[in-house]
Amino acid sequence: MKGKLVGMNGDRAVAYAAKQAKVDVISAYPITPQTIIVETLAEYVNNGELDAAFIPVESEHTALSAAVGASLAGARVFTATSSQGLALMYEILWIAAGLRAPIVMAIGNRALSPNINIHCSHDDAYAARDTGWLQFFAENVQEAYDLTLMAFRVAEDERVLLPTIVNLDGFILTHALEGLYVLEDAEVDAFLPKRKPINPIDPKNPKTYGPLDFTDWYMEHKRLQFEVYQKVGGVVREVFDEYEKLTGRHYQPVKTFNVEGADKAIVILGSSAGTARFAARKLAEKGMKLGVVSLTQYRPFPVAELRKVLESFDVVAVLDRSVSFGSPGNQLFMDVSTALYSSKKRPILVNVVYGLGGRDFTPLHVERIYAALEEVQRKGEAPEESLWVGLREG
Amino acid sequence: MSEASSFVLKSWREMPPGGIIPVPKTSLLNKTGTWRALKPVINQAKCIRCLMCWVHCPEPAILRGEDDSVAVDYDYCKGCGICANVCPVHAIEMVPEG
Repeated sequence: MKGKLVGMNGDRAVAYAAKQAKVDVISAYPITPQTIIVETLAEYVNNGELDAAFIPVESEHTALSAAVGASLAGARVFTATSSQGLALMYEILWIAAGLRAPIVMAIGNRALSPNINIHCSHDDAYAARDTGWLQFFAENVQEAYDLTLMAFRVAEDERVLLPTIVNLDGFILTHALEGLYVLEDAEVDAFLPKRKPINPIDPKNPKTYGPLDFTDWYMEHKRLQFEVYQKVGGVVREVFDEYEKLTGRHYQPVKTFNVEGADKAIVILGSSAGTARFAARKLAEKGMKLGVVSLTQYRPFPVAELRKVLESFDVVAVLDRSVSFGSPGNQLFMDVSTALYSSKKRPILVNVVYGLGGRDFTPLHVERIYAALEEVQRKGEAPEESLWVGLREG
Repeated sequence: MSEASSFVLKSWREMPPGGIIPVPKTSLLNKTGTWRALKPVINQAKCIRCLMCWVHCPEPAILRGEDDSVAVDYDYCKGCGICANVCPVHAIEMVPEG
């Protein structure tokens, strides 16, 4: 593994990546479990390690507003948030994406209130899924560091120019100390040279940003924006490949484990993919094959890649760390169902809710899911309702 | 082609990214007629020059001639259809744009 081995928690690893990316502007409001990210960056700026403008704002709404302005002015911009903080940014999320303002934002994934809970759910990431931001999910601290660096490359690519979220599970990754390999500053400089903005804000050549756009042009602008996302997958792959050459660490939008010869699989996001893989190894010792499919790239949703992987299974459990109230399925389940709908061979899908608000998700839960998949396979029928694992029943 | 009409883009493919207007101008050049989905067409043969449309047009986008004949200023007509609605002889028809 290339790089220098250090020990950091997820938040510090993200802050270190942002520092090595030589961000020009950090605009942020602290919120648990992301706080350490902006605290660390504030330290870097304060002690002279990082030459950046640190804007301490009074709310996340302002944090993102300032980030949009700085990005349009041509700066390399970073911010971070969690849960309610992201909710407070919501209207500006749309504006950042619509104005094609590259910004990298880390989300320490956390449950939305009520009741107040600072631990991990994916409510916040899912809430941003339609806003036009690109989204990556880190599985461990190493990935949180790597994906933050790669996010700048993708976001600022001329063919993309879109704000990008790096998700890392609250506390599970944000506060967990892990060993990780970091690049030398010079290597990062070569991978991520100074941003070259296209047509930035210029007082000598004024432009109008975000004008009134009624029935005459609004739809055309949305179509133009829609078009960009078709190209993002290709750029992401290029960046993943280049990063692999630099570090030896292989990234792909859809990560697979143990899928060869398995007829059952689970699809999962974030840190729990490691738990699922551990459980799949245990199950394999008992002769039970369970494929594990995890998504590094969540938006744009890697439809073609996922379809190719999942078509070969009989039954697939889609795990959601969130609930979409009153909807026909939870968020990732709806994405996967839609992606598979036009496939020639479709597995039976089972939606599983797990780990809400930081509830433990253990290999035993994965074994329970495997048993449920066996039963669905035997009956040949999809269950109507989602299965909740780790819930106190009775 | 006037300076203003050079802003009129035909298709989404021709638009600058991010919805940015690269050359901002004053509101005089903001030809609000592009908001229109339906366009009023006056049948001059039926028109009795009562000027009801001219009186009721909220913009005003009905142009009044010296002889009280009327025409539509399509640069500013938003297609609300009030003129067609108040015309006592049904001389104005609202037809879909483009």
